[in-house]
Amino acid sequence: MAAATPPAAAGPGPAPLLRFILTRASLVIPTFIGMTLLAFFLIRLVPGDPIETLAGERGIDAARHEKLLKEYGLDRPMLVQYGIYIGRVLKGDLGRSMITHEPVVKEFVELFPATIELALCAIAFALLVGIPAGMVAAVRRNSIFDHGVMGVSLTGYSMPIFWWGLLLILLFSVQLGWTPVSGRIDVKYFVEPVTGFLTIDSLLSDEKGAFASAVSHLILPAIVLGTVPLAVIARMTRSSMLEVLGEDYIRTARAKGLPPRRVIALHAFRNALIPVVTVIGLQVGVLFTGAILTETIFSWPGVGKWLIEAINRRDYPVLQGGLLLLGVVVMLVNLLVDLAYGVINPRIRHAK
Amino acid sequence: MTAEALAPVTGAARAPQGPLREFWGYFSANRGALAGLVIVVAVLLMAAFADFLAPWPPDLTNNAAFLKPPAWQAGGSWAYPLGTDAIGRDMLSRLIHGARLSLLIGMAVVAISIATGIVLGLVAGYVRGVTEIAIMRLMDIILTLPSLLLAIVIVAILGPGLMNAMLAVAIVVLPHYVRITRASVIAEMSRDYVTAARATGAGRLRLMFNEVLPNCAAPLIVQATLGVSTAILDAAALGFLGLGAQPPAPEWGTMLADAREFVLRAWWVVTFPGLMILVTVLAFNLLGDGLRDALDPKLKR
Repeated sequence: MAAATPPAAAGPGPAPLLRFILTRASLVIPTFIGMTLLAFFLIRLVPGDPIETLAGERGIDAARHEKLLKEYGLDRPMLVQYGIYIGRVLKGDLGRSMITHEPVVKEFVELFPATIELALCAIAFALLVGIPAGMVAAVRRNSIFDHGVMGVSLTGYSMPIFWWGLLLILLFSVQLGWTPVSGRIDVKYFVEPVTGFLTIDSLLSDEKGAFASAVSHLILPAIVLGTVPLAVIARMTRSSMLEVLGEDYIRTARAKGLPPRRVIALHAFRNALIPVVTVIGLQVGVLFTGAILTETIFSWPGVGKWLIEAINRRDYPVLQGGLLLLGVVVMLVNLLVDLAYGVINPRIRHAK
Repeated sequence: MTAEALAPVTGAARAPQGPLREFWGYFSANRGALAGLVIVVAVLLMAAFADFLAPWPPDLTNNAAFLKPPAWQAGGSWAYPLGTDAIGRDMLSRLIHGARLSLLIGMAVVAISIATGIVLGLVAGYVRGVTEIAIMRLMDIILTLPSLLLAIVIVAILGPGLMNAMLAVAIVVLPHYVRITRASVIAEMSRDYVTAARATGAGRLRLMFNEVLPNCAAPLIVQATLGVSTAILDAAALGFLGLGAQPPAPEWGTMLADAREFVLRAWWVVTFPGLMILVTVLAFNLLGDGLRDALDPKLKR
């Protein structure tokens, strides 16, 4: 199976790979247009008049209403409005928050590093624990270790993380006093933002204890956010590994007398990784979803908390912009994952 | 169908069993799956007979018993075995009635999304071309937007409430079913048995539903069982954020949202609803795992 390359369809050299990359990359454009359509029309579906929503509870007189309607271009046909919208989006203008009057993009850029830092730590935690656990569980199928890993990862997968976060706060922050309850760093530290990642910035600054404070604030949210991806990755690694270990070429490799470690590390792992890579790609959306809940519980100043606050304040430009920006980020990550998938598995890029 | 054909070759020298008995043989050998099945049945019975099982009506308040601890703690009484919440409602009764809402959410969401997902996935995997691109782009867009955020925006537009929350969750989980069906279909289409069926003159619909779909069933059944738990979890998350089932509905996530401010004073109002979510979701996941092991012929051999 691994050695079988389709003879006829393959062109010479790297041309099919390049064509695959270009084809896949060009698919991003319709997805992006679809997302702008969704973001544009979803917000228009909100019941009520946008100008009255903008004016709030004070109300507004008819003449001013008319004037504002013109000013925002809301009297134009829908299609023209969408054209204006997408033109502004391409220039990087996603409007201003109705509450703070700051540009949406500016607020997003300021808050996004906090979310990335949290998400990266969570996925690193999930990968470092999940892949080895899944592999060992597959190799030692039906052992106590296998049952233990599967039990724990099923529990993790089933975990309502908003409740999990509350429990961890109860245990580690309230009962044991090991970790802080909320925020990114103790208020007594001021760290000059360089990368936006507080763990790195605190190392660059000469404030003593700032790094330890940043890390201690990060641990619980990262564990909470990494719980579901960890469970998914461990399960997927195990089941995919089991499937590959049952293939003929593994039996061949074993029959040749290759050491079991080599069979598993070289022959099985590479092919077992293919579904795992896809799953990691799917986890990016899961991470941002989880970030919304995790950031709300831990008062982590990232985009998830920002968006929940926007919903409670009915700040529609922030919602619309945030939805689009997070969508674009996930889209680009998915693109990278698909490209990686094609590079690992030749059958995909040769498929018509 | 492949398992039957291969059975004499692999030389399982037992008398041929019916497929259901064979399935039950594998399924019942898995203790985790059995435990999951038992819990799922228990939650189902709890939901069905909530009115008889619950000691109190779920919305009955008692001014004399705010935040009463569980019976085994000092200050608790057996009138309220798991204590009361902030306005004196019996926790146990609310948890029992909550089983109804959670199961309803889980089943309804999966029914909507799997029916739509199978059709879209089969069409995309079988027809390919422009149709496939259109379906998969749409799914990509849904999948690309973080699921809870999209669900939140949908609920924000439709208005908070249980029905809208279920609809929103069904929309955001749809791509998983489409993707799984399509991926399995594409993988299966290149197999010899499909070529054989096609060579013997099987029509498109027959090929799709009689040949390919049964062979994609295992991952779909697993995903559907896991999907019930995802639906319960997502709906509970919406409830927790105040966008799902509205108070005083005894939905477990909504109960957690009400309980959050009492986390330091009354551990039971926070612990029990989350525990119910976890146990129910875990049971569906165990069941899904057991089904997969019993249904997947590759792992059997």
